Amino acid sequence: MPLSLIPAEFNVQRDADLCIECGVCTRQCAHGCQNIDPEDGSVSSDEKLCVGCQRCVTLCPTGALQVVQRAEQGRYHAVWNTGARRAIARQAESGGMLLTGMGADKPFPLYWDRLFLNASQVTNPSIDPLREPMELRTFLGAKPDKIEFDQQGKPLTKLSPQLELEIPVIFSAMSYGSISLSAAMSLARAAAESGTYFNTGEGGLHRSLAQYGSNAIVQVASGRFGVTPAYLENSAAVEIKIGQGAKPGIGGHLPGEKVSADVSATRMIPQGADAISPAPHHDIYSIEDLKQLIYALKEATGYSKPISVKIAAVHNVVPIASGAVRAGADIVAMDGVRGGSGATPTMIRDNVGIPIELALGAVDAQLRKDGIRHRASLVVAGGFRNSADVMKAIALGADAVYIGTAALIGLGCHMCQKCYTGKCTWGIATQDPYLTKRLNPEIGVRRLKNLLRAWGLEMKEMLGGMGMNSIDSLRGNREMLRGIDMTEQELEILGVLPAGR
Amino acid sequence: MRIDATGLDHRTLNEQIKTAIAAGETEFDLANVCGTRYIGCGIDQEVDIRIEGIPGNDLAAFMSGPRIHCSGSVQDSVANTMNGGLVVVPGHAGDVLGYSMRGGRVYVRENAGYRIGIHMKSYLNQEPTIIIGGRAKDFAGEYMAGGKLIILGLDTPSGEPLAGRYCGSGMHGGAMYVRGEVPEAHIGKGVSVEEITAEDQEMLRATLKPYCEALGLGVEEIMGAPFQKLRATSTRPHGQLYAY
Repeated sequence: MPLSLIPAEFNVQRDADLCIECGVCTRQCAHGCQNIDPEDGSVSSDEKLCVGCQRCVTLCPTGALQVVQRAEQGRYHAVWNTGARRAIARQAESGGMLLTGMGADKPFPLYWDRLFLNASQVTNPSIDPLREPMELRTFLGAKPDKIEFDQQGKPLTKLSPQLELEIPVIFSAMSYGSISLSAAMSLARAAAESGTYFNTGEGGLHRSLAQYGSNAIVQVASGRFGVTPAYLENSAAVEIKIGQGAKPGIGGHLPGEKVSADVSATRMIPQGADAISPAPHHDIYSIEDLKQLIYALKEATGYSKPISVKIAAVHNVVPIASGAVRAGADIVAMDGVRGGSGATPTMIRDNVGIPIELALGAVDAQLRKDGIRHRASLVVAGGFRNSADVMKAIALGADAVYIGTAALIGLGCHMCQKCYTGKCTWGIATQDPYLTKRLNPEIGVRRLKNLLRAWGLEMKEMLGGMGMNSIDSLRGNREMLRGIDMTEQELEILGVLPAGR
Repeated sequence: MRIDATGLDHRTLNEQIKTAIAAGETEFDLANVCGTRYIGCGIDQEVDIRIEGIPGNDLAAFMSGPRIHCSGSVQDSVANTMNGGLVVVPGHAGDVLGYSMRGGRVYVRENAGYRIGIHMKSYLNQEPTIIIGGRAKDFAGEYMAGGKLIILGLDTPSGEPLAGRYCGSGMHGGAMYVRGEVPEAHIGKGVSVEEITAEDQEMLRATLKPYCEALGLGVEEIMGAPFQKLRATSTRPHGQLYAY
């Protein structure tokens, strides 16, 4: 085999004074970087294989290891930096498309960091959430044009089915297959115990998760994996997946080696067969076709569940979202350019789509202008890092937020972006039983519940600070936002005034 | 149970059917159907539904169990994501027939439109079967992952292709059987054309028997002409696309 010219990404630094050659690092590494010599028991590292997952560093009992990103190699070049050259070397050696995992890692502008929330001072009192009731409860689904009452004051208007959330944060679509059953179980149980929902992704609902069906948003994607009447019935809502922020316009592909017996039973495809999701739904070539599928799902579920349509935020997201609402979607989910994935071509992830902030601002404004904002809830996704991001999204018009990456980091993900290899050393994005055992669902559930609780506490503090006692008062309330470091046009699209005004 | 579909929207009609099924009804005669969508959609009981008239789009979508007998032609998206059951069509079928179908049988006496049998797939003992008496348009069996798609070319004028362009492109499982030939230029990338084996012959005879019984045709007459078998050259069409 010829010498590989792909530059190593990481330095594996082993402090010889601290290392006791116990071999933990060699057992924890799934990428073949850490090795133990069978003859003399000495440990060594093959840096070229290191993915920077930090598993060995975290588990080394003596703290002897450090894994750090290498500095630029060779002569400095602002354009042809080591990352750009590494990508070319990889493609010159393989002839393949570059694959990656997680959301885009390019330094795109983070509009959340250019937006500031308001607080009460003097002229209106703030509220202490520790003393006074504070409501984060959110209902997702179509709201009526108006509510009529009979003479006794009882409502005559029949409400559309709604999802009831105790916190407007939902675990985003991650299929069993792309993540381990331990991870899926952690998400499902944490959602159920926290009063929110998880999304199955397009890979079906594993039988052991069926008991959490009333907290499941089940997806129907172009591959229709695991979609049966029973699957649609055992859910809180059904989501038609049109697109994903990390890969707008392209399909998905779970390689056969990840289709274990259990994944095969959940997706209802043969074991070891490639699970290919075509780029489009071949029964949807227009808004009218989308309407047909929305109503097919409403018929199949007896109009008892909200139907969501998930799209990637792309250039013409406004008419698409508007079309989805007019087609009868009860929820429109939008995933921005920073949205995550278990496997996606790097070029697509980092270059296709638009930031969710601008998509949300524009879509919410247009739906209001058209007088149809109430006919669907908006759920946004794509790189929500903390409770402040969530609050700003709600002030920009979102009803709730999908979190994927944040939840995985809560479970132990260290963002090495190698999900697509199926060798996740943290037991999250893998089906290898040796690795999945590393994620204990009991601990996973606790960590995710903690995360949601912590965000909920912070959100209540921020709400109280603004003098509000209900998240409903913040929704679409752009008066609570001010922007810095943005052009006039960006401010106009977001519908936000500059700070100081 | 007889239901006159005149003036009924799909929601009302389906509610009547579902309510009756819950009460134990197993036989339905739907009269004067004229474009009503979603008939049989999502029903998972083994009931019989006879349709007089023309059912609308998404007939038998997400269905798992019912046997539906139509009186003439049907429209688009029939048997969408169907998991089990039977649909018999004595006339023509529209586009996107049997999209992502996982089980059950669809029998069409005449021709079918574009994009039929896309991403059909099989699982354990579920093996979907679509039989087209006439011919199919472009993209038949695209992304096919399992099951059987049989095109008979009955009453097809000579020179008319039995399947349109991009036949089976992206196919990675299952098989298509064509009674006659698909023009080479119409065969999709990654699809091989093979002669059928004695085993295939037996399978075809057994598979066509209920089709012929349902539509009043003779099996031996159909089996008298040669078949071609179209299969995927690889079950891993995406295997070599990526740099790991």
